[in-house]
Amino acid sequence: MILRALFTRLFAHLDGPLVGLLALLLLLGSSVVFSASGENPAKVASHFLNMSVALGAMLLVSHIPPQRLMQFALLAYVVGVVLLLGVALFGIVVNGSRRWLELGVTRIQPSELMRLAVPMMLAWYLHYKQETLRARDFAIAGLLLLLPVSFIAKQPDLGTSLLITASGFYVLFLGGLSWKVIIGAAVTAGAALPVVWNYLLHDYQRQRVLTLIDPASDPLGAGYHIIQSTIAVGSGGVAGKGWMSGTQTHLDFLPERSTDFIFAVYSEEFGLIGNLFLLLLYAAIIWRGLVLASGAPSLFGRLFAGAIVLTFATYAFVNMGMVSGILPVVGVPLPLVSYGGTSMVTVLVGFGIVMSLVTHKKLVKT
Amino acid sequence: MSGLRLINPEVEFLRYRRRVEIAGGVAALLFLVLLFRSVWLQVIQYDHYHALAENNRISLVPAPPSRGVIYDRQGEVLAQNFSAYTLEITPSKAGRLEETLNQLSQVVSIDTGDRKRFKRLLAESKNFESIPIRNKLTEEEVARFTVNRYRFPGVEVKARLFRQYPFGDIFSHVVGYIGRIGQNDLDRLEASERLANYRGTDHIGKLGIEASYEAWLHGRTGIEKIETDSSGRAVRLLSRSAPVSGHNLYLHIDAKLQQVAEKVFGDYRGALVALDPRNGGVLALVSKPGFDPNLFVDGIDSATWRELNDADERPLINRALRGVYPPGSTIKPFMGLAGLELGLRKPDDSISDPGYFTLSGSSHRYRDWKKDGHGMVDLKKSIVISCDTYYYGLAHQMGIERMSGFLAQFGFGQKSGVDLDGELSGLLPTPEWKRRRFKQPWWPGETVIAGIGQGYVLSTPMQLAVATMAIANNGVVYKPQLIRAWRDPSSGLLSHAAPQILRRIPLKPEFLRLVKEAMVDVTLPGGTASAAGANTPYQFAGKTGTAQVVGIRQGEKYDERRVAARHRDHALFIAFAPADNPKIVVAVMVENGGHGGSTAAPVARKVIDYWLLGKLPAVYAPVEPGAAVQEEELEDAGPAEEPVPPVVQGAAQ
Repeated sequence: MILRALFTRLFAHLDGPLVGLLALLLLLGSSVVFSASGENPAKVASHFLNMSVALGAMLLVSHIPPQRLMQFALLAYVVGVVLLLGVALFGIVVNGSRRWLELGVTRIQPSELMRLAVPMMLAWYLHYKQETLRARDFAIAGLLLLLPVSFIAKQPDLGTSLLITASGFYVLFLGGLSWKVIIGAAVTAGAALPVVWNYLLHDYQRQRVLTLIDPASDPLGAGYHIIQSTIAVGSGGVAGKGWMSGTQTHLDFLPERSTDFIFAVYSEEFGLIGNLFLLLLYAAIIWRGLVLASGAPSLFGRLFAGAIVLTFATYAFVNMGMVSGILPVVGVPLPLVSYGGTSMVTVLVGFGIVMSLVTHKKLVKT
Repeated sequence: MSGLRLINPEVEFLRYRRRVEIAGGVAALLFLVLLFRSVWLQVIQYDHYHALAENNRISLVPAPPSRGVIYDRQGEVLAQNFSAYTLEITPSKAGRLEETLNQLSQVVSIDTGDRKRFKRLLAESKNFESIPIRNKLTEEEVARFTVNRYRFPGVEVKARLFRQYPFGDIFSHVVGYIGRIGQNDLDRLEASERLANYRGTDHIGKLGIEASYEAWLHGRTGIEKIETDSSGRAVRLLSRSAPVSGHNLYLHIDAKLQQVAEKVFGDYRGALVALDPRNGGVLALVSKPGFDPNLFVDGIDSATWRELNDADERPLINRALRGVYPPGSTIKPFMGLAGLELGLRKPDDSISDPGYFTLSGSSHRYRDWKKDGHGMVDLKKSIVISCDTYYYGLAHQMGIERMSGFLAQFGFGQKSGVDLDGELSGLLPTPEWKRRRFKQPWWPGETVIAGIGQGYVLSTPMQLAVATMAIANNGVVYKPQLIRAWRDPSSGLLSHAAPQILRRIPLKPEFLRLVKEAMVDVTLPGGTASAAGANTPYQFAGKTGTAQVVGIRQGEKYDERRVAARHRDHALFIAFAPADNPKIVVAVMVENGGHGGSTAAPVARKVIDYWLLGKLPAVYAPVEPGAAVQEEELEDAGPAEEPVPPVVQGAAQ
């Protein structure tokens, strides 16, 4: 009885349906990692370890009351920006971009922190200003978004900066950003595209876009990933080649097959039916997440939770779009399926926050 | 939105709900796009991507068959395979070739000849092919390269089958050789839809048996379907159709007889054909000089090739099939039969030979080889002492058309159909042919000299052998065949080539008997080949011939010592033995050999002695198979290749 009470306490802030769906996705992901790694038990064990840590973190985070989070929002944001500044000044260059900060014992990538810190900051700001919300507040929020994003874009890390921009935009959008501003920004962005293309993008970034349009132009270089992954997806057919039987995967034609390109492995082995199932599973998680977000008692909770869920949807879409050849190659893992601890912790902590924000309603005073 | 705003949670919440619905809708739309993309790739474009994936995964590796071995009638190997290591470079993977070659030469020895050949093969090759840089590596070189292998991407040691001809130049014109497949071969293979069967094969028969039985010797190429990973490493064998070796061929040729013939030829150029009259089997086929076919297997270098091709003695020409010569007096037994069969002469009809023949109304003298004539000459004597005057008159009376028509039955003027490529057909002239060829009328004098096998009449040594077989066989002519049997490699079954009768010439037995008796007398005391025929324990039938190469002016005498070596007469001899039960037919042609009786007949005698009695000639020393070939230095000219009639007026012995 005591044990049962303890369990009830422990899982009090979790949402049953959401956790069930997430668990299903994690299990599916593990089986794909198993196949993609070539039945490598060490890699699968490490995957399960990552998963346990991430689930533990989710459980832990679900207990943090929203007020505490709100207290941390400004601090996390400021620390993040300072760290980004540090990266810009003292960062280590790896593969041509300055993303890491050496901290003596370990090195950290502050842009990862900003994935959650930025939407949290913006949600907090809009919540803080909610009683006198004006256009000027949205403008300030926009600047708060642009500051870290421009640091990250400068590293350069275009993928992360775009995704953080997206998560910040979701907060502003859900917070009621005027349609005029949205359309105006879209038009401005469209007009600025040639400028960005010519002056702001790096050669390799331009190359990725060009390669997307015509992968055959560089079949052994940048186009190789896209060509091989579309072959893997296409050759999967309706029913797939069967688990552990993908030839593109197991004969080493697919690069980065357990991380960014794991969707190709899945598609090859499980076919169109598998893809339909995966898309439905993602849709269900997003659906459940948005339903939960709508039920959050505070504006902060609604905005932050909504942005987290929409960002999750964005990650899933961008990854699958890139693997199936309709988006340029950006280094985005398939959330909760790809091998890799960082992404898994970030995503599950995000869902932990979502559940915390909506299950602490009785404790929150508005 | 200006001024202070009252909080209305209801409105606030509804707006949030609408925004969430919009965002959810957009997400759903984007996921639908993904689904459509998936349908496009996996359903509509499935075949395309499936093919690409299979193409990635499966590579077809040809397994070339091993070429059939060629044996003589005793089981002696005339052409065989041996396995050796080659060093091969795939240029597309090797980076900078010059540098690679320089570094390779520090590991294994690569001489300038190897480099030259490599460059030539490189220029001829298709992309992605591996090209041999060194053949026949020693074990030590293989080991040395293997240790250094990591330094040479695109360079590998391969075990390959090589063709080897143990007897060197002795069978160059019979067995021929294989060489690297050239553009001509590719076109031919493609036209006959056999190209697929040559995947993985570099060589093809170019000459001799190797060329004419290419389809049998090559075998069938197997295919290995191999699953490979992205780096090209074989993962597993999916399926394999084993290669089927080529047929092993057994020839009628007797390697020892061939060597005897080679040896007794000495330093002369010329040709010899020995047939088995009972089935047409070719027992020996010699064309001197020959060449070492082993030179061609690895790709002959251009200097050696030019040397062979341009040499005065023309070693690359198979004189037995492609050398056309005036048959000279060897035609007389056939002319004699023509006279008898056409009713122009009776056996006992005699002429008085003054030593020359004239056509009425002309003062031109067609001279006999014997200045004062042979006295009274009947048919038998005309053959035994080779009387020219007898045949001048007979030919004139017969006319060229009847003469050519009759001789054609013996195979003159047409290809014998022997199973080697490139045979020439010689010439039996007719007035119609001359009009076409020279736009000139036929002169009666041309018929006269045709009667002793001069003028326009041309034949190959093979044709002489076939015609002689017709007499030996009482009119039955077999098609000459080198192939005696072949063994199917899969069933192990040995099949024998059936003798093929080309013709049965209707000849009266008494006429045949008379001519045969005369030919036996040729080798007896009083005959033109009595010296060569001395002391034979068997009945030795033959006929000498001496064919003029250059015309001699009226009144001039032929002086052997004064004529340049290449203008000396060709010596001929046809023979069969034993005359009462012939087992071998021989035709010998010695270029610029002088007299048939003194030069050609002894060659035939020694060959027949070996065949019937097992007697080896004194000069005979067995050739060590694979021994180095000795170059023969000859200053004489080659045979007339094309049937261009030489200017001949006068004698033939």
